[in-house]
Amino acid sequence: MAPLLELRGVQARYGPIVALHDVSITVGEGEVVALLGANGAGKTTTLRAISGLVSTTGEVVYAGSQVRRATPERLARLGLAHVPEGRGLFPELTVWENLRMGAYVRRDRRGVKTDLDRAVEHFPWIRERRHQHAATLSGGEQQMLAVARALVARPRLLMLDEPSLGLAPLVTQEVFRVVHELNEQEGLTVLVVEQNAQIALTVSHRAYVLEVGRVAVEGSSAELREHEGVRRSYLGY
Amino acid sequence: MLPLAFTWSDFFQQVVFGLAIGAVYASLALAIVLIYRTTHVVNFAQGEMATFTTYIAWTLTANHGWSFWPAFFATIVIAFGLGAATERVIIRPFERGDPLTLILVTIALFVIFNGLIQWIWGPEQKVFLGAFTPKPFDIGGVAISRQDVGVIVVTLITVTVLWLFFRFTKLGLAMRAAAIAPVASRLMGVRVGWMYAAGWGFAASLGAVSGMMVAPVVSLSPSMLQSVLVYAFAAAVLGGIESPVGAVVGGLLLGLATTLLGAYVSFIGVDLELPVAFSVLILVLLFRPAGLLGRQVLRRV
Amino acid sequence: MPIWLRVAGYAALVAVIIALPHFVGSFTIAEFTYAAVFAMALFGLVILTGITGQISLGQGGFMAIGAYTTAILATNHGWPQLLTVPVGGLVAGIAGFLFGFPALRLAGVYLALATFALAVIIPSVATAFDHFTGGSSGILLELPTSPIGALSVDMWLYYVTWGTAAVLFVAALWFVHGKRGRALRAIMENELAATSSGVSLTHYKTLAFGVSAFYAGIAGSFYGILSFIVTPGLFPITLSILLLAGLVVGGARSFLGAIVGAIFVEFIQVYSGDVLGPVINTAQKLGLPIGDVDKTTPGVPSVVYGVILLLVLFLMPRGAAGLFSRIAGLTRRVV
Repeated sequence: MAPLLELRGVQARYGPIVALHDVSITVGEGEVVALLGANGAGKTTTLRAISGLVSTTGEVVYAGSQVRRATPERLARLGLAHVPEGRGLFPELTVWENLRMGAYVRRDRRGVKTDLDRAVEHFPWIRERRHQHAATLSGGEQQMLAVARALVARPRLLMLDEPSLGLAPLVTQEVFRVVHELNEQEGLTVLVVEQNAQIALTVSHRAYVLEVGRVAVEGSSAELREHEGVRRSYLGY
Repeated sequence: MLPLAFTWSDFFQQVVFGLAIGAVYASLALAIVLIYRTTHVVNFAQGEMATFTTYIAWTLTANHGWSFWPAFFATIVIAFGLGAATERVIIRPFERGDPLTLILVTIALFVIFNGLIQWIWGPEQKVFLGAFTPKPFDIGGVAISRQDVGVIVVTLITVTVLWLFFRFTKLGLAMRAAAIAPVASRLMGVRVGWMYAAGWGFAASLGAVSGMMVAPVVSLSPSMLQSVLVYAFAAAVLGGIESPVGAVVGGLLLGLATTLLGAYVSFIGVDLELPVAFSVLILVLLFRPAGLLGRQVLRRV
Repeated sequence: MPIWLRVAGYAALVAVIIALPHFVGSFTIAEFTYAAVFAMALFGLVILTGITGQISLGQGGFMAIGAYTTAILATNHGWPQLLTVPVGGLVAGIAGFLFGFPALRLAGVYLALATFALAVIIPSVATAFDHFTGGSSGILLELPTSPIGALSVDMWLYYVTWGTAAVLFVAALWFVHGKRGRALRAIMENELAATSSGVSLTHYKTLAFGVSAFYAGIAGSFYGILSFIVTPGLFPITLSILLLAGLVVGGARSFLGAIVGAIFVEFIQVYSGDVLGPVINTAQKLGLPIGDVDKTTPGVPSVVYGVILLLVLFLMPRGAAGLFSRIAGLTRRVV
């Protein structure tokens, strides 16, 4: 079966600065794939290249069609949910309005209602805080709201950019627990960018390590976890 | 000019008149706020666009025999299209421009719409028949103009409908989201450009309402809304330029204050209404640089 | 640019200005005389908006102050007209300096609106205090006469205004030169950073407002003398807007550009309708279904003028956006 997402020789640049030299990765249906690497290795840019926020050369194939030149809004319609760096919440909208925005591309009102209820089941605190502005939430709550909002879109592929950033270890675990559950129970496909390799490798099936805009190492998460050299030189633990 | 002897009935008439004028300022101010929030442009052409659409309403009623209300609603729809098209065709190429360049772009629009009005309909005044007869109500011995009450009611309904739209509809929510965080909105699947166009469309519709409300009072002319626009700016700034509630409150207060000052303070009279209003505005800005209801914005280093 | 080329360029410009009235009719001379007046007002705007970064939609208001000073002194107190010009500049300059204090607290859009308000207020104040200003019918001035027999009145006014403009041009260059110029540019670049490197915002901003208004006042005094009558209607808000447009066309930071902008301001009002003929002819030749348009139809010149302004803004983004913006790294050449 063809993978859900495939990048072949993708290059991306911000003006004169080349951020991705040559990135090739695949994400299969139902997989959790981690994208690891140091700051500036091109992890965030890879996600931005996939969702059409930076212009790229090379091939980006999603769900069987070439989407290199597709706009973010079109990809959202194709079932790609991207929780960007900084979470991309709407600080002046309420928690509930943020969630509703997640369902913007959907036309099935009843299904949306079910999924909104389901989001509240995953994150029960949302119920009491639904009328609060998103800006008033704590960092962990904001991250969970961003994930919940992405789930309301019923994505085929969920992309998370550094969900652990700025969160306490316990909160980070909570976020990854939800990701793991969704993958196990509903077969959600996830591509997650992480600095915290340790936790990312426990949740993911496979992982890529990026170094200055190229894939340096790839393999199953179990292998990478065990591999002493990879851990020392790339993952820093 | 000597002030009239004070009577309560006269005072109430002045209050209602002031609120009616204030309602017109408020809807134009709201249009300015709407555009500022969606595209961060201060639209100096707002008044001329409104006047242009009011002429369309005039054409429908005077030349094509429509009655007022069908023409009113048709004009609102046409204005929406005009506003949205203006954003797509003229504002969009300057999207990434400097704010000062954008001010000049809307000034160019001001000149163009004013020119188009004179070109199409001529520079002379026209009689615009409104929906309300000037015949007054009699409430407890006080004669209250139907016209004034009508203007207040129509404005309140318009503002309420708009509020409901932004609060409860999916499109309204997406428009707010696009104004707050365009990139995040795109990731949600929102076509941000069209949201901006819709913002301009709604603003133009609001402007059309204010134009059609004021035209029966002051009679239709190409410069009909120029001084109204100045007050609308003042109202928008009083409210902090990003606050819709502030714009409406600011507009009503300004209408009330200038009317009462003009009527009861002989020194001020009609000529000094505008200077007094603006001196107040400048004073407010001195003590609350972000307006009465605005948030304080931190300046970047 | 090598210094000799620069000197030669200025010499050529001065020669053209001196020679021009001998080759054109009196109507054209009058048009260029007005251009000199607009140039003075624009030099002020270059200092305030182009260099210090304080947007002003109120330059026409300060022109009105200068014009009324001249009219009141000359007509009601019998002063020689030309002697009132520096007084007009001073009165406007003081007003501008004082306006600079409240303006200290305003930035961007708010400053634009406050100056816009100023341009609206000043003519209506003039209408209201009619025992000083003659209300809406204004104050008549005596027709100027030429003190030199060989020069016609038109030529005399032309040389006086361009001579004054030349003096103001040199003075403006001197004003933005050196330490003071660096301080003003630092304010445009980044106010907080300027303050932390020891630039007094109060001092320099009020100074910029004052000097800019002084220039506008001088321009306004001449504007009144040239118009023979000073009324509130002479200073509509569109005058201030037009001046700002002229500033952008000229490139905002350049005093030489301001002269180009001044010529734009004068001629776009008069000739924008004339542009239409060739445009429509070309369009018809290309087979577009466009009927003939009479340029004298009311509104037509405005539409053309607005479209030209849009085109200028669109085709010269650096002239407009680039020069206004606070993006660092632009060349900071004044002339």
